[in-house]
Amino acid sequence: MIAILHAPDLRSVNQARGDLMLWYTGKRLLQMIPVFFGATFLIYFMVFSLPGDPIAALYGERPPSDAVLAQIRAEYNLDKPFIVQYLLYIGNFFQGDLGTTYSGRSVSDVMASAFPITARLAMLALAFEAVFGILVGLIAGLRKGKLFDASALVVSLLLISVPTFVIGFVLQFVFGVQLGWARTTVSGAAPIDELILPALVLASVSFAYIVRLTRASVSDNLNADFVRTATAKGLSRPRVVTVHVLRNSLVPVITFLGVDIGSLMVGAIVTEGIFNINGVGGTVFKAIRLGEGPTVVSFIAVMVVIFVLANLLVDLLYAALDPRIRYAK
Amino acid sequence: MTQLATETVNQIPSTDSAPLLEIRDLEVGFRTQRGIVPAVRGVSLTLYPGQTLAIVGESGSGKTTTAQAIIKLLAGTGQVTGGQILFEGRDLTALTAAEMQNVRGREIGYVPQDPMSNLNPVWNIGFQVAEAIRANSDLRGKALKQRTIEVLQEAGLADAADRLKQYPHQFSGGMRQRVLIGIGLSARPKLLIADEPTSALDVTVQRQILDHLATLTRDYGTSVLFITHDLGLAAERAEQLVVMYKGKVVESGPSQEILANPQHPYTQRLVAAAPSLASRRIQAKKNEDAPPAEIFSAGGTDTALMRRATDRELAASGKDLISVEGITKMYRIRKSGLRYTELLAVNDVSFGVKKGTTTAIVGESGSGKSTVAKLILQLESTTSGRIEFDGRDVAGLTGRELLSFRRRVQPVFQDPYGSLDPQYNVGNTIAEPLLAHNVGSRKERQKRVLELLDQVSLPAATQFRYPSELSGGQRQRIAIARALALKPDVLVLDEAVSALDVLVQGQILSLLTELQTELGLTYLFITHDLAVVRLVADNVCVMQKGRIVEASSTDEVFDNPREVYTQELLAAIPGANFEFGR
Repeated sequence: MIAILHAPDLRSVNQARGDLMLWYTGKRLLQMIPVFFGATFLIYFMVFSLPGDPIAALYGERPPSDAVLAQIRAEYNLDKPFIVQYLLYIGNFFQGDLGTTYSGRSVSDVMASAFPITARLAMLALAFEAVFGILVGLIAGLRKGKLFDASALVVSLLLISVPTFVIGFVLQFVFGVQLGWARTTVSGAAPIDELILPALVLASVSFAYIVRLTRASVSDNLNADFVRTATAKGLSRPRVVTVHVLRNSLVPVITFLGVDIGSLMVGAIVTEGIFNINGVGGTVFKAIRLGEGPTVVSFIAVMVVIFVLANLLVDLLYAALDPRIRYAK
Repeated sequence: MTQLATETVNQIPSTDSAPLLEIRDLEVGFRTQRGIVPAVRGVSLTLYPGQTLAIVGESGSGKTTTAQAIIKLLAGTGQVTGGQILFEGRDLTALTAAEMQNVRGREIGYVPQDPMSNLNPVWNIGFQVAEAIRANSDLRGKALKQRTIEVLQEAGLADAADRLKQYPHQFSGGMRQRVLIGIGLSARPKLLIADEPTSALDVTVQRQILDHLATLTRDYGTSVLFITHDLGLAAERAEQLVVMYKGKVVESGPSQEILANPQHPYTQRLVAAAPSLASRRIQAKKNEDAPPAEIFSAGGTDTALMRRATDRELAASGKDLISVEGITKMYRIRKSGLRYTELLAVNDVSFGVKKGTTTAIVGESGSGKSTVAKLILQLESTTSGRIEFDGRDVAGLTGRELLSFRRRVQPVFQDPYGSLDPQYNVGNTIAEPLLAHNVGSRKERQKRVLELLDQVSLPAATQFRYPSELSGGQRQRIAIARALALKPDVLVLDEAVSALDVLVQGQILSLLTELQTELGLTYLFITHDLAVVRLVADNVCVMQKGRIVEASSTDEVFDNPREVYTQELLAAIPGANFEFGR
């Protein structure tokens, strides 16, 4: 599709494809620069605009003297105009100094403890929803209209319509309290085995979407002409399904998974609350309430980068799965 | 009178061996909520080794269903409800799935209809050919690759070795069809089922491919079951014909006999509507008295043509309604990184269209004919050159002027399935241009919709139906009605009848001709089908690689083609050299 129209020189065509991919990746990485500045600026501005004085709020009922307040404000640059505050923050950011929280911990410390936990949780959830979602969706798609399909549809509808915290509390009660198979809350270091139950909860809604997406995609592809042709070649049914139906069906599913990485990181806030996990969600929520600009912005900045990278990864995977995708402009 | 294929076949001396394929009273039905709807009703046919047999019929006649029943690949809820399919004496309908898997590919090859959708877009060509060979032989590794290259080379892809790693989208339609033919023949099957193998291709490519297929099957001694809606094609390529209509065989026998002397009324209609024949009849009848207009015969077109001839003479004195002067369209195609190559899609094209006449632009795909249509419709801008409509340059039109230009020049596109919104009922579809241009009140629009439905000969009740419930021909009528809604002066018909069956095509062409005389329309007819051009066009521009290579009146081009390219195009019309009976 790229240059094949009038250029039968094959080597240059394949070369062009490789170049295009590199060019595309580079361009997408460059695009991260404005996204990074835009996102941090906006978030910083929003935190800045929050009503109330964060420092005064720290001291609650008994505020210290004005001189002390002024000193603390100066320490956190809160006495300067917004744009100066932002530029100072960005300047420090690129020197590796993310600032400190109002309680005196360095923001990088907080991030170093929170991000790995949430990342572990999100990856576990992603693995669950991808493996089980695709599997259930595939079987349902192949047996459209049969009992398995019907039950998969009902279950997925339930999972989508029931709020996450309800699913969370129910699973916590059943597996944690009644059966005693899992801990009801997760300990500080959050080891993988304790995260299985929370990850299932976190994955539940996306799992349901993936089941439906895969099912629709599989049943569409089953009727595709090339699937009939594959059967006419004399291929066995399992081969037709795995080679010609599944791979084609995965393209939309992969797109969904990529976007979901971001929402799993952010959406973990409810799940983290239920299972008392010290992850990103809880930390950011606390920081927003305290008006801790640097903390909020640093976390969001990292999330933005993760989000953009995940999307880039998806687009590249997309091209690997579907050679027709052309990266132009 | 209906003859049984067996009787006729037995008279041919070369077929003294046992039949390869014998279908006896085959019944196929599709399960629906209202029970089983029969699609094939008691079809019998016999095919001997080394023979080519064609099943001819319009869409919905059950020809493809019959073919699919043979290899047990019926779509959706289809199932064989009766009869036998004997392949070398074995009843295929009684085989298990595993047994059938060994028959497919190995004993019976299959070449599907649409090369665009029958190769998996996400696997490279080499892989898709290799897996067919692998499934039907013990070849592995190097030998498998070697055989893959051989298969593709035999199918006519000389540089197959370099192309194995390429994907279907990097192949043209003709090349993909060669790949599919290669796959179908890869295991040297005894029978090849070719389901409309070239209906999606240009005539010249079609001829090359069919010639090649004929050579291969002759060399290998493969029998071919050919499914087509094109009678000319069938007659040219097969010794035996089976004509199907509404799930039944209405006539069968040697091709020449059936064409020369069709017995069944349906076959007679089919023979009469074959465009290559009809075009000759117009010639022949021009000197006689005008015959009464009939929908199916070309006679209807003829009277209109006569009438239009007078109009044309009148119009000839006037100025061109559309005048195109030296237009050029350059596309920039990205090669690698920041480099581009330039593609001249339209190169210095000039022509004029007089009011009330039809000008056809003919060419193969990639010739730039559709780009010319887009340029005239102002859907894309010209790189250079000038397009005048009614004496005004259309390039500079903006806002209100552009809107009023669009009201006067309306398009009708090729695909009657893709160009109608499935969520809109017919009434809303037709009324949409009126709404978009703010014409009339709700009541007036409603009235206009009924008027338009009447003009395109559809019942008023059609307005409440949805595109999915209508046939291809009906949909194209609706597309035409929608184009006519704003009372335009010009219709740009981009392959408007190419997707339709011969009979339906004939109906739509008659309709277009009637509407032209009735409403004084001017047509710009974009097509790859020269046979159709003969029926409707006053003037023809033949395009090749972005240029007009020949432009003249239709009679000139057909009777006296000057360019070699035009001659090739004419020679490639299927059945062009056949003598059809009446």
